[in-house]
Amino acid sequence: MLEVRGLSKSFAGFFAVTEVNLDVAQGQIAAVIGPNGAGKSTLFNLITGHLQPTAGQVLVHGRDVTGMAPHRICRMGMGRSFQRTNIFPKLTVFENVQAALLAHQGRGRNFWSRSQALCRDESATLLASIGLADQAQMIAGTLSYGNQKQLELGIALASDPKLLLLDEPTAGMSASETHEAIALLERIAKERELTLLFTEHDMAVVFSIAQKIAVMHQGRIIADGSPTAVRADAEVRRVYLGDRP
Amino acid sequence: MVEASFLFGQFLGGLTTAMFLFLIASGLSLVFGVMRVLNFAHGSFYMLGAYIAWQVVQWVAPTPHRFWLAALAAAVGVALLGAIIERLLLRHLYGREELYQLLFTYALVLILGDAAKAVWGTGQLSVSRPPILSGGLELFGTTLPTYNLFIMLIGPAIAVAVWLVLTRSAAGRMVRAAALDREMLGALGANVGAIYTGMFCVSSFLAGLSGALVTPIESIVPGMDVEIIVEAFIVVVIGGLGSFWGTFWGSVIYGQVLSFGILVFPSFSIFSVFALMAVILIIRPWGLFGRPIR
Amino acid sequence: MRWRGTPWYSRFPWMLVVFVAAFMVPWLGSRYDTFLGTQIAIDALFAVSLNLLLGTTGLVSFGHVAYFGIGAYVCGILMKTYGMPFALALPAAALGAAAFALVFGFFCVRLTKIYFAMLTLAFSQIVWAVCFKWNDVTGGDQGLPDVPYPALDWMSAIPGFDNLRIADQFYLLTLVVVVLSLAAIRRIVASPFGRMLTAIRENPERAAFIGVDVRTYELAVFVLAGGFAGIAGALFGIFNRGVFADYVYWPKSAEVMIMTILGGIEYFWGPVVGAATLVLLNQQITSYTEYWPFVLGVILLVLLFVFPGGIVGGIAAGLARFGNRNGRRVSA
Repeated sequence: MLEVRGLSKSFAGFFAVTEVNLDVAQGQIAAVIGPNGAGKSTLFNLITGHLQPTAGQVLVHGRDVTGMAPHRICRMGMGRSFQRTNIFPKLTVFENVQAALLAHQGRGRNFWSRSQALCRDESATLLASIGLADQAQMIAGTLSYGNQKQLELGIALASDPKLLLLDEPTAGMSASETHEAIALLERIAKERELTLLFTEHDMAVVFSIAQKIAVMHQGRIIADGSPTAVRADAEVRRVYLGDRP
Repeated sequence: MVEASFLFGQFLGGLTTAMFLFLIASGLSLVFGVMRVLNFAHGSFYMLGAYIAWQVVQWVAPTPHRFWLAALAAAVGVALLGAIIERLLLRHLYGREELYQLLFTYALVLILGDAAKAVWGTGQLSVSRPPILSGGLELFGTTLPTYNLFIMLIGPAIAVAVWLVLTRSAAGRMVRAAALDREMLGALGANVGAIYTGMFCVSSFLAGLSGALVTPIESIVPGMDVEIIVEAFIVVVIGGLGSFWGTFWGSVIYGQVLSFGILVFPSFSIFSVFALMAVILIIRPWGLFGRPIR
Repeated sequence: MRWRGTPWYSRFPWMLVVFVAAFMVPWLGSRYDTFLGTQIAIDALFAVSLNLLLGTTGLVSFGHVAYFGIGAYVCGILMKTYGMPFALALPAAALGAAAFALVFGFFCVRLTKIYFAMLTLAFSQIVWAVCFKWNDVTGGDQGLPDVPYPALDWMSAIPGFDNLRIADQFYLLTLVVVVLSLAAIRRIVASPFGRMLTAIRENPERAAFIGVDVRTYELAVFVLAGGFAGIAGALFGIFNRGVFADYVYWPKSAEVMIMTILGGIEYFWGPVVGAATLVLLNQQITSYTEYWPFVLGVILLVLLFVFPGGIVGGIAAGLARFGNRNGRRVSA
């Protein structure tokens, strides 16, 4: 599904990401972990078109999307959620999701119909599936942090992605919120047959649902494989996990 | 075949203009660099500096040092005004969108412009050169007024002084930190508010000073505030918004472009100034020394 | 305006009522009222066109007056120099302004925030400089005086309209053009296209990530806003009996921005209210003092510090508190 080949990015000589190779198979749930500053967010930005790589390639379903503009990558079936909640704050929850649906359906060029009436059912269904049906009329900026993250997921899902990149989906959440969020994620991934790639700091989350883990350190991938393999990898233990079992 | 001395004369003229512009634009650049506020009212401070200097000259009996006293009084007066405006009004707008800060400075332009008109009328005023700097120098076949030479020297002098303070002193380091990350600096216990007030004060001082110093060369009229701010914007865009040395070189370049451009195109100034700004913003918006934004 | 849960003041057909009231002015009011009415209608359209950029899309343009001016010159030149009828000159003005908006906008939308604003200003001043200098076409600093009124004899043929002066007739024509334009803009804002614009305003990064080509949408709205500003300008050239370069000078861009913000950028009718308020205030105050810029500055200060939501924003906040709605607010 997703193939990353030799991806590198340098900022005026400083290499934030060096020669990264990564493969995520269709339907897989994969995670990228690493200490702060390892380059995870940069890697995500490179894959999703936010940054232009200095070298390397990104292929989605065999198609080269390296350095494509974000809106075109989105149309190729890649969705993304952001580390800092990235929603449309002054619009209502319903409007947030509706905007994404309208964009996905290519209705953005419609100057004439009343947008209020469009995509009502799809929006309602989507909101229900992420558990925000009750808050549909609330202004998005007033939602709780956890709810905003759910909304963010909803917006990403509205574009009907086949590949979903999630940048620290449980950042800042309490234990119970994390549990709910992960359960939701797993359910949706199964329902929609999504391929998931996420970064996380919460190791419990990573090891509970990831089928494949890549470990980054100082811009490079130092380990890549199943959770058990990664856990046992000496290099990873030394660099990242320390002495934790 | 154009005479070399004539070209040299134009070159010197361009340099004088450049240093003047630099004196003014440096304040604009400092405030933008640290506070991210593009201060439209900077031109108004410049104008007030000129008017205050003129006023002081009227009040004080003619002595050889009257001019310097007036210039100092103008600079300090405007600095004080700037500090008051920043403390009482501007600081309440920092959290808001940049547009509101810009509009605030524009409101100041409207208010200060009319206030000056009310106090000093709409006629042209002028101040004579200080006696110590009257006269001229013969250089390569062209005469350079001594006063212009003074301006040409004081420009870089102030530039170097400010640059030294910013890079070598502890206070300067704090200012540069504030420019990069205000919140972090505040969290570290630094008094960011005082830094901002201080910067605005320094910037206003420079504006007032340049206004005072321009009085022997140009007449003081309503509208000089708007005229100068436009040129200051161009200079800052050429050099790069937020870059101090960019402002310096931007002034130099612009001064020469203006000086020689008029020879090529008589109606050069009004059209070309904005055409130049447009071209730079299209090709290289971050100017010569700014940080690339793409 | 769209309000959540419909209280009486949202179901009230404001637009219709105001239109009918405004329409009656030539019969019920004085010459001066008609004069003011025309000014307000034109400025209202100008301000609402700016708000397409400012309020709807979050684009801060300091050079919007350029398109107003281009519309005025195109219409004025076509009607005066070439004797073209208004029915052709007006669309030509709109298209001319939109064309320039397309060219200028193409470069502007590649920049953001302060750089975008400065480039719009630069282009606007270039337009001014050209208008000021191009004596053959624009009349240079003398401008284009004596722009003719459109042929309105057909209006005199309508019963009840025959004893109207030409200025009154033109006022009614202006009113109709403005209201139709406002209705069109309103439709656009409420459409899916408008929804994409508000998404861009709220979060351009996120908008890109739902598949919106931000630059193209911004260019599209820039062109639309320019076109509508051109219509306002064309009307103004006739109303003012002439087109002069100082109407394209940058303080006019500042003035229309103040009108827009004064009324409230978050509400469709905000700029209309702002335009009316500023025109009326201007007329009142300039009869007492020559220091209108000072007053305008003070108004701006009060606006920034006390009523950031503008007049309509202030009213809406007051009504919301009165109606005691929890967590709900008006969205535009």
